[in-house]
Amino acid sequence: MTSGGNQKTTRLNLRIPSQTEKLNMAREFVADAAKVFGFKEDDVNNIALAVDEACTNIIKHAYSYAADKQIDIVVSMKKPEFEILIEDHGKHFNPNQIPVPNMKEYMSHYKRGGLGMYLMKKLMDKVEYTIHPKKNVVRLIKYLH
Amino acid sequence: MNEFKISFRVSGKVHVMDLKGYLDAHTAPNLEEAFQKLIKEEKLNILVNCKDLAYISSAGLGVFMAFIEDVRTGGGDIKMSNMSPKVYNIFDLLGFPMLYEIFTDEHEAVKKFDAKKQSSK
Repeated sequence: MTSGGNQKTTRLNLRIPSQTEKLNMAREFVADAAKVFGFKEDDVNNIALAVDEACTNIIKHAYSYAADKQIDIVVSMKKPEFEILIEDHGKHFNPNQIPVPNMKEYMSHYKRGGLGMYLMKKLMDKVEYTIHPKKNVVRLIKYLH
Repeated sequence: MNEFKISFRVSGKVHVMDLKGYLDAHTAPNLEEAFQKLIKEEKLNILVNCKDLAYISSAGLGVFMAFIEDVRTGGGDIKMSNMSPKVYNIFDLLGFPMLYEIFTDEHEAVKKFDAKKQSSK
């Protein structure tokens, strides 16, 4: 039987410019951390994709494609919790106002848009959005089993 | 790793797009252009071969959604084939198999296009 012990949290930081060509950097950064944390390949892929979706939404909605802004990604690791915070200083965006689509109905009307948020919820164990006065924070959590 | 390439070829009456690499918000416009080109040339029997597609995000999936209605209204279709389990998983999470035919093998997809042509004669 193992006790909780005095496990410290390991934190890793990455700042990327708000450019879609930098999305691969964000993906690789979190994927590497997730592998070291002990996730299997499927979960590593899902985490990388969720972060891609979050950063893409920031570029599109918070920054309206302005290429000179920053996105901060902070990975905090303390087993079993793998937490990713993604911060921007752009327009406030309240995703709670966007309903989670019923995919069958969505598909039958050939809709697009809103898929990123839907995917994030499917890929991660928790997705939380917080609006602060000067920044927006997306919090993604995946638990290691 | 953010390289993405599309190559075009023909298999009978079907226009095949071979996708290679990473399809995300940065590279999705390339796929949009590719579909626009085929549609402009009235090449509406489109098979997307995903054998070398390493990654897809919702930006890429959104491109398929943008064109499927026009292609089907024009009497054609967009079918897909040869997906890796990783890529298929994302299509499946978003319910794409409800709307698109996804084949394990290109030849099955081409046969399906041919079968449709035969039945409409």
